[in-house]
Amino acid sequence: MIDQADAPANAQTECAAATGTSDSRNRLIPYAVLCELTHRCPLQCPYCSNPVELERASREIDTDAWKSVLSQAVDMGILQAHFSGGEPTVRKDLEEMVEHASKAGLYTNLITSGVLLTPARLDRLRDAGLDHVQVSFQDTESENADRIAGFRGHAKKQEAARMVRAADLPLTVNAVMHRQNLHHLEDMIAMAVELDAERLEVAQVQYYGWALKNRQAFLPTRDQLDEATRIVEEARVRLKGILAIDYVVPDYYARRPKSCMGGWGRQFLNITPAGKVLPCHAAESLDFLEFENVTERPLAWIWEHSSAFNRFRGTDWMPEPCRSCDRREIDWGGCRCQAFALTGDPDTTDPACEFAPQRHVLEMPIGEAGGEIPEFVYRRIGNG
Amino acid sequence: MSERLLLNSTSVPRLPRHAKLRFDRARDCWIINAPERVFELDAIAGEVIQLVDGTRTLAILVDELATKYNQAPRADIERDVTAMLQNLADKGFVIA
Ligand code: SF4
Ligand code: SF4
Repeated sequence: MIDQADAPANAQTECAAATGTSDSRNRLIPYAVLCELTHRCPLQCPYCSNPVELERASREIDTDAWKSVLSQAVDMGILQAHFSGGEPTVRKDLEEMVEHASKAGLYTNLITSGVLLTPARLDRLRDAGLDHVQVSFQDTESENADRIAGFRGHAKKQEAARMVRAADLPLTVNAVMHRQNLHHLEDMIAMAVELDAERLEVAQVQYYGWALKNRQAFLPTRDQLDEATRIVEEARVRLKGILAIDYVVPDYYARRPKSCMGGWGRQFLNITPAGKVLPCHAAESLDFLEFENVTERPLAWIWEHSSAFNRFRGTDWMPEPCRSCDRREIDWGGCRCQAFALTGDPDTTDPACEFAPQRHVLEMPIGEAGGEIPEFVYRRIGNG
Repeated sequence: MSERLLLNSTSVPRLPRHAKLRFDRARDCWIINAPERVFELDAIAGEVIQLVDGTRTLAILVDELATKYNQAPRADIERDVTAMLQNLADKGFVIA
C-alpha cells in the first residue's frame, strides 16, 4: 500500500511490503478500509475472493452503518476507502456513501465488474467525489471471458471502461490471469492502452475460497509464467509513463511468500456486507477466528483490541524458521489463509516460502499444472 | 496518454486527477493518495509538491525554492527537483 518501496500492489489480496506507521502513542495507523458493500453479483467468477459462504442481501448493513464506519475510519487516520463487493453498484446508496467518504477526506475507489454501470450513474458518482475506478476483466476475448465469468459481460465491460474515461474518471484495468488466459496477456496490455487506462493490474489467482476448489483449472505452468514475466518486463519499458503495470507472480512459483496485506492488522481493514471486520478479505476462511461487528463495537477498538486482529499481528505468534528470519518484518511469514488452507495449521510458515517445513504441499499441484483442465466450480450461493 | 512525458524547465507540472495531495495530521506529513498507493512525502518533497499545481513552470518553481532556500545553489535545486518530479511523472503521479 505504501509506495516508496515501489513494490507492486495486488487488488485481489496483497500490497507492498511495509511496516506501517505508528502514531505518537505508538499505535499502528491503518491506511485503507475495504468496504465490501454486498456479496450480490451478476457474475460467478470461479476465483472469487469472497468467502464460500456468501452473505445474503437481508444481512447487509444499511447506509447509516456504512457512513458511521467511514467517519470512524477518518478519525483513525485511514486515508482510502475502497468500495467493492460482490458488485458494489447493486447498492443504490453507493453514491451516498461515496459522497460521505469523499467529504470526510477519504480517497475513494470503486472496484467493479462494470456490467451494471451507466453514463448517468458514473456522472453521479464523479459528482459525489469518486476519485478512481477499477474495472475487472476476465480475458480479452469475449467468448473465453464470458465462459470464465459465467456471465455474458465482456462487451459491456469494455463499454463501461470507456464510460469511465468519458466521465473523466481515472481507470485501472484489473486482470486476473491464469493458465486459461495467460496466452492473451499481450492483448490485455494492448486493451488497457486502447481503453486509455492509466494502470493495469495483472493479478494472479490466490488459492483459497472458491479458487482453491478450482486450482487445477487455474494454476499456470512454470513456462507460461516465465513467458508472462518476460512480456510484462518488456511492456513496462515500452509503456513507461503511458501505462503503469502492477504484476504479481503467483505464490506457488515464488521462493518467498508475499507480504499479505502488508502484515496482518498493520495496514488494512476489510468490512464484510454484514459488518464483520476482518484483517483481510479472506480471513473468514480461518474458521476458528471470531470477528467483531461494526454494529456492536467502535472500529478503532476492533482494530486495536479484537482477538482476530491481534492473533497474527507482529512477530510474537511466529514459529521457526520465521521467528529468527531476517525477513520476518518484510513478509510477516506470508499468508495465514494460505498456510491454513494448504496445511491445516494456521501458525505454520506459508508454504510459498522455500524455507517452510511444509513446502512439499506445493509439489502435487505444481506437478499437475498443465494437465487436464477440469470444469469450473462457479461462485454461486449454495454452490460452496 | 500516449507518449512518455519528459519534464523540462518550461513544463507546467500538475497532479493527475487520480492523485490527490493532502496533509495528513495522523502521520504528520504530506501524502499523495492514488489507487492502491499512498506516497508519504518527506519534508522537502512536501515543500516541492505543494508548488505543483498547474500554474507554475518548472523554472519558476525552482526559482521560488531557490529564493526560499538561498543557501543552496540554484543548479543543485533544479537538478534535484527535476529528478524528483520526473520520477513521479514516470509513475504517472505528475503530468504536465
Ligand atoms: S522463513 Fe518466514 S519470515 Fe523468512 S522468508 Fe520465509 S516466510 Fe518470510
Ligand atoms: S494472509 Fe490471509 S488474511 Fe492475510 S491477506 Fe492473505 S489471505 Fe488475507
